[in-house]
Amino acid sequence: MASALRAVLLLYRRDLLLAFRRREQVLQPVVFFVMVTTLFPLALSPELAQLRQIAGGVLWVAALLASLLALEYLFRADHEDGTLEQLLLSGQPLVLLAAARTAAHWTISGLPLVVASPVLAVTLGVPAPALWTVAISLALGTGILSALGSVGAALTVGVRRGGTLLSLLVLPLAMPALIFGARAVALAIDGGGARGPLLLLAALCVLALTLAPFATAAALRISAE
Amino acid sequence: MLRGLSFAVAAGEAVHVAGPNGTGKTTLLRVLAGLLAPEQGSVRWGGRAIVEDRDAYSGSLSYLGHDNALKADLSALENLEFATGLRRELQAGEAGAALERVGIARCADLPARALSAGQRRRLALARVVLALTPLWLLDEPFTNLDADGTALLAGVVAGHVAAGGLVLLAAHQLPELPVRSLRRLELA
Repeated sequence: MASALRAVLLLYRRDLLLAFRRREQVLQPVVFFVMVTTLFPLALSPELAQLRQIAGGVLWVAALLASLLALEYLFRADHEDGTLEQLLLSGQPLVLLAAARTAAHWTISGLPLVVASPVLAVTLGVPAPALWTVAISLALGTGILSALGSVGAALTVGVRRGGTLLSLLVLPLAMPALIFGARAVALAIDGGGARGPLLLLAALCVLALTLAPFATAAALRISAE
Repeated sequence: MLRGLSFAVAAGEAVHVAGPNGTGKTTLLRVLAGLLAPEQGSVRWGGRAIVEDRDAYSGSLSYLGHDNALKADLSALENLEFATGLRRELQAGEAGAALERVGIARCADLPARALSAGQRRRLALARVVLALTPLWLLDEPFTNLDADGTALLAGVVAGHVAAGGLVLLAAHQLPELPVRSLRRLELA
């Protein structure tokens, strides 16, 4: 078990190092997130009162699409250069390696979105007390999407141009998260308690995080054949 | 693709998997590695089917495929440290010594993208050596290697076999391998 844990940390560290060497991959989802959310005031109206009403939905949809953008790369590079085979043959529990890979992916693509979200929320007229709800709901939401997405990415890694297929697989599964997340933000903006939807979101997150690595590991074995 | 194939290999043996293109040399090695499940029959290691304890079996083999499994953005040394570190704990200086052994010590800090095809193959070979596993499955290991590298690889393989290891290698043409027991498995 000690060696498995060491392997997990090593893989996580490797992924962060690789991301650091390829910074455009880290920046791409954040830039997309910022661009999309700033397009809405231009297209609808710069009226803060009006923007405030749609802020939750805009932030959530933009964040989901932005993290979907990064999903395709989750296992693709490893598959193409043969590293995936070596991971399968490393003698370490594949479930844990899959979890490490997913955690690294969230750190690289999800966390920057969470960090950027309060700033973008302010530009959409979200009042200060609701900013925490925005960040927390998106932290849970991007976590769910990374977990669900890792299963989709593992299934489609061998498929040429699997990007479209991946969105078709993952987005419907992410809908409950979107509903609860956007609802939580809307409630917080209105000054109400967002506890209920946030707790449901947290439950979904726990569910996805515990089950997804097993499905991802199984899918990786199939894709490697 | 393959049918009616049955063979056993003992410790201290080298097997040359030979045959024209498209006869299933790579497929055979992938089945033996456990990456591909055979439609019928089984692969057994130490008397037990490999599917019974996949992780233990994987832990005792090193596989060198067509791809070198290198990260272009990592240096040669980092590549080796990460790939081997996943399998076992590395001692300080071990990875550097392995690079020295395969003759690319001076490229240790270069990113893998800057290495030549032959140097990358040598780096992948260093990974196989460093894994310290009894079973080696090498798919066309001599690709891109120069005369020097070929001799080096032949020596490394011979050393592994002499130490009681077990090597299966797929290759079109096999250079002189100084091993006592070399079997040829011809696929048709």
